[in-house]
Amino acid sequence: MKEITRGGSLMRLRGLVKKEFLQIARDPSSIAIAFLMPLFLLVLFGFGVSLDADHLPVALVAEQPTLDSDDFFSSIEGSHYFVPRRFLNMASAEEAMREGRVNAIVHLRADFAKQLSSREGADIQIIVNGVDANTARLTQGYLQGVWVKWLDRRAKAAGRDMVMPVKLEERVWYNADVKSRNFLVPGLVAIIMTLIGTLLTALVMAREWERGTLEALLVTPVSMTEVLLGKIIAYFALGTGGMLLSVGLAVWLFGVPLVGSFWILLICASLFLFAALGMGLAISTMARNQFVAGQIAIVGTFLPAFLLSGFIFDIDSMPSIVQFITHLIVARYFVSIVQTLFMAGNVWSVLLPNAFALIVMAVFFMSITWRKSKKRLE
Amino acid sequence: MSVDILEADNLSKRFVVEGRSTQALDGVSFSIREGCVTGLIGPDGAGKTTLMRLASGLLVPDGGSLRALGLDATCDALKVQAALGYMPQRFGLYEDLTVQENLDLYADLQGVPREDRRERYNELTRMTALSGFSNRLAGHLSGGMKQKLGLACTLVRAPRLLLLDEPTVGVDPVSRRELWAIIARLVKDEGMSVLLSTAYLDEAERCDEVVLMHEGKVLMQGNPVDLSAPMSGRTWAVKGGRLRDLQARLSGKSGVVDAQVQGDHVRLVMEKADMSLDHLGVESMEAVKPRFEDGYVDLLRAGAQSTSHEGMSFHAVAENGGGPVIHVENLKRSFGDFWAVDGISFEVRRGEIFGLLGANGAGKSTTFRMLCGLLPASSGSLKVAGLDLRHAASVARSRIGYMSQKFSLYGSLSVMQNLVFFASAYGLSKKARRERLDWALLEFELEKHADQLSGSLPLGYKQRLAMACSLMHQPDILFLDEPTSGVDPLARREFWQRINALARSGVTVLITTHFMEEAEYCDRVAIMAAGRILTLAEPGVIKSRARTAENPEPSMEDAFIHLVEDAEKMREVA
Amino acid sequence: MLTRMIALIYKEFLALLKDPKSRLVLIAPPMIQLLVFGYAATFDLKDVQYALYNEDKGIASRELVAAFDGAPAFRRAATLQSEEQIAPLVDSRGVLMVIHIGPRFSSDLLSNKGAPLQVIVDGRDSNTAMIVLNYVSTIVERFNTQWIKDHGLENAPAKLDVRAWFNPNLESRWFFIPGIIGMLTLVTTMLVTALTVAREREQGTFDQLLVTPFRPGEILLGKALPGFIIGLIQASVILLIATKWFDVPLLGSLPAFYAGLSLFLVSGVGSGMLISSLAVTQQQGLLGAFLFMVPAVILSGFATPIANMPHVVQMVTLIDPLRYFLVILRKVFLEGAGFDVLMDQFWPMAVIGAATLALASWLFRHRMY
Repeated sequence: MKEITRGGSLMRLRGLVKKEFLQIARDPSSIAIAFLMPLFLLVLFGFGVSLDADHLPVALVAEQPTLDSDDFFSSIEGSHYFVPRRFLNMASAEEAMREGRVNAIVHLRADFAKQLSSREGADIQIIVNGVDANTARLTQGYLQGVWVKWLDRRAKAAGRDMVMPVKLEERVWYNADVKSRNFLVPGLVAIIMTLIGTLLTALVMAREWERGTLEALLVTPVSMTEVLLGKIIAYFALGTGGMLLSVGLAVWLFGVPLVGSFWILLICASLFLFAALGMGLAISTMARNQFVAGQIAIVGTFLPAFLLSGFIFDIDSMPSIVQFITHLIVARYFVSIVQTLFMAGNVWSVLLPNAFALIVMAVFFMSITWRKSKKRLE
Repeated sequence: MSVDILEADNLSKRFVVEGRSTQALDGVSFSIREGCVTGLIGPDGAGKTTLMRLASGLLVPDGGSLRALGLDATCDALKVQAALGYMPQRFGLYEDLTVQENLDLYADLQGVPREDRRERYNELTRMTALSGFSNRLAGHLSGGMKQKLGLACTLVRAPRLLLLDEPTVGVDPVSRRELWAIIARLVKDEGMSVLLSTAYLDEAERCDEVVLMHEGKVLMQGNPVDLSAPMSGRTWAVKGGRLRDLQARLSGKSGVVDAQVQGDHVRLVMEKADMSLDHLGVESMEAVKPRFEDGYVDLLRAGAQSTSHEGMSFHAVAENGGGPVIHVENLKRSFGDFWAVDGISFEVRRGEIFGLLGANGAGKSTTFRMLCGLLPASSGSLKVAGLDLRHAASVARSRIGYMSQKFSLYGSLSVMQNLVFFASAYGLSKKARRERLDWALLEFELEKHADQLSGSLPLGYKQRLAMACSLMHQPDILFLDEPTSGVDPLARREFWQRINALARSGVTVLITTHFMEEAEYCDRVAIMAAGRILTLAEPGVIKSRARTAENPEPSMEDAFIHLVEDAEKMREVA
Repeated sequence: MLTRMIALIYKEFLALLKDPKSRLVLIAPPMIQLLVFGYAATFDLKDVQYALYNEDKGIASRELVAAFDGAPAFRRAATLQSEEQIAPLVDSRGVLMVIHIGPRFSSDLLSNKGAPLQVIVDGRDSNTAMIVLNYVSTIVERFNTQWIKDHGLENAPAKLDVRAWFNPNLESRWFFIPGIIGMLTLVTTMLVTALTVAREREQGTFDQLLVTPFRPGEILLGKALPGFIIGLIQASVILLIATKWFDVPLLGSLPAFYAGLSLFLVSGVGSGMLISSLAVTQQQGLLGAFLFMVPAVILSGFATPIANMPHVVQMVTLIDPLRYFLVILRKVFLEGAGFDVLMDQFWPMAVIGAATLALASWLFRHRMY
């Protein structure tokens, strides 16, 4: 029997990586998750979904229309924040509010004009629908702004200076226009990469177990590390592709400024991908069953990344126990990094601790996976 | 010249699943020689697969040792894996990769140098007749081609020892013969040693040596002849009357080990040589040469109480005129531009066992699914009990029973829960359900397992349960799609006894199978290829048609291969 | 017929709940998630860290600082001595806000000139930034009113008197917790339904089922009902937690809630069954469930109001059943709505449910190979 010379580990790895790529390319559902979903979500968030309230419907009711009430209402009508509608009486305005047609009512009583010149001053009654507390607060804030401007204008018209004891000078750093798109889109990059990294890999090992392909692989001279490495390399490339697509869309299509360095972003994204892939592989390796792995992935990835990563909800305002839990969410660290890099720049004091946390998570998940995948069937 | 290439010494292995512990291997010792084909034979759960996995270093033994190619399979697992080839029962081909890509992957994994590949690929694809298919996705290959590709992948780098776990399960006779030709060549030309497990006992006869296992122990090791030789003088061919009735009468009689319908006679195996056969009351009998299978059945039945299922109580099916129960005329079905079934016509009479044979992809399953109403026909007409099940009222479906090749049971439900579900699904009243449950548990000997999850049953029991489920509502017509695939010979015998009893009480049975010997149990068989029926006749007639000068006593398998190959040639000419 | 259906439904329940792993996944996470998410999902600020840079030594500035320190929303994390310290602190996310009081603050205030108060906010999370500014302006507003009163100054000719209906303290938790009920219910129905047909297809039992006298409609019903019942039970338990643990008021009628829940479950189960009947493998079922669920949550108005979306996107939300259910939940919980106000939300879900179930049942029969 002739002994043939053997190719080494590199050849085996090459073969495995190629196999993974072919499988990805032939499976429409993984392509959908890797490229269509990011596109869809980014376009949604980029063009539409935002937290900035605009065109808020408000009801204006003046019980006794006068020049003064008209003056105040027209300053509301001049603001782009509102879509005001005038109502003749409170009853009809309240009905509109109950039916959800307006978010707030601005109510001027019959003695508004008279009270204006009194020492006490007039009351402008505002009723907001508190169900959506956030929108309610924004509405209130915008109305306050209109009110201050109106007072100032009136004072000037009367040839006086309107003196407020303390005048607020607001400065919003990093995001001067206070556009929620600027922070939602970078955060979304993190969510999308969680989906690509964890969801796709959550099934791949379980699938190999279920279909019996792993048994056939294992009896070749390939080592388990090589099998895992093959998957990591392939999905890492896929994830990087999804990331570049997302960042490209964010910067070029939606004009979100990337203040920090692109290369640092790339490095941090790689660290994050390792952690996310590690988590997916760990789920997959431990479940060995697509059904259970799928259920864990649904429960354990999307919602936590959506709600606990600081993507939408401020982590510091959560109770300390919940804050503690957020430390277990990989996306949390990356959201912080992306938001800083996009809007504030290369702030090392933010980047370094978070990057370090990502490394710890990556090592943790990878070592779980590695320990759990023995080259045995038991 | 022969040295031991695989050596097991007092090997044992135990599995614990859901608190149930099974001794898969119990003190197994044997050794196999280099340069020959060794067969690993035994019923389900004998420990064949466990042994293969231990030999390839995928499992760790609880006790004893196993040396493959002079290396310890457990400690030097990677080195052993580098030197041997192992093809698992369900070889995990990547179905979304093409034939070529699968080969490339395994060449990379086995470290075959790039410059040697072209030559090796050519050799392998020629050997496996896959040359024309290199760009086809593995998932689109037929079952036989998949097995051959699996084998090719295992062989990309010629191993010294080749382990094959039931390589011919679910493979049609033509592909099976090809696989065996490949194995023979490997041993002869490349000096490879092969260890293969199989449920086909005719395959065991082709091995140089067999290891017979049962319940984790080695019962016997030696030349296949060692098993059949002691049987001489105990095997008879018996004729007279309706064979099925004759067989029913004979089996269960004292002194009878085995009675099987075999073409135009019943093959009888007696407990001892020169036993008097007078008490059997048969008209004509003739001594025949013993086979491996006779010895196998004898060995395994010894001790185990053989039970007869001939008395299987079953309702008498109401007569409904003399017309055919199943009537198919010019039935066609296409998938895209491919005609899976291309104009077939046949009729099945009441109480008949009708076999549908054919290579993988011949259109058997498609025909089956159309008959059961699972798939609409593209054209043509089909009537089952006078109705097209696809459009008939759902109640009409309660007249048929269906058993699919995967023994489709709810694995997470217990045996009892499965039975209750199917009984209720057919709307059995409480009382009737109770009766049928008792019947099923008793008849199929499932009492012991009533509370076990059906997913954890051994294959033979799964098959029994699947059959019990399909019989809960006492159907008039039974559809069986490869009901014995992967099941060991003893379980197959029991199965056929039950089928015979059903047919005798008037149930019409339509069956597909890959076991050509089983075709002989049918009243009539239709052989299909490329969506058409090649021939439709009684098994004896089909066999006699294949009679040639060099093969005066052709087996059913010979006849089948002869027919299919002729049809291939005709098509190529056309 | 009835025995048959009961047997089928019983079997589906067994298949779902017999496996301990699968039982665990169905029961434990929703409860845990409600607790965790219930606390996490809020726009109300608590203990926001801020830094103070006070160059003024006067008493007025001390009063203002006391107002900030007394507010539960803010917690002073640093007191700065120079302007250079501000940037690094904000950059590193040490604080979210810096309050800078100039050296002439008190004297300006006393001489009635109007004293500027500089507030710097980290805008990386623009939403939080907006909320912070809102809180700050409320505090300053209150300070001003008090100052005017204490110093006998002239009042502004008009002042705002704000009241919030339905949620007087503007607790955003009241807004999000009903939303979480909808979201978790959707996730559970998806878990139960989206993979079930694909699983039976892979195991081969689906054919076995089709040759029994069951009609496709009955099989569909048998598979849909467990999802419906589990969803119903789970939503009820979550409802209990929401009202008893989180003290979210439930003002509306329970019948209206359950009517809405039932219709939502029908539409959710319908979508799940549709995905299920389309999927050939479990993997496709899972990814399909994701491709449905992620947009369904994002477009539902859970976190970002639908009214803020562009018109085209708003049109897309019309086919999202969660959108309607969230409105029902919030109206029933907080506004005390009954059937009369909710009809507009009921019928679209009924339409979605009927359409998806009909399509799924058609696919059952026509997608069998």
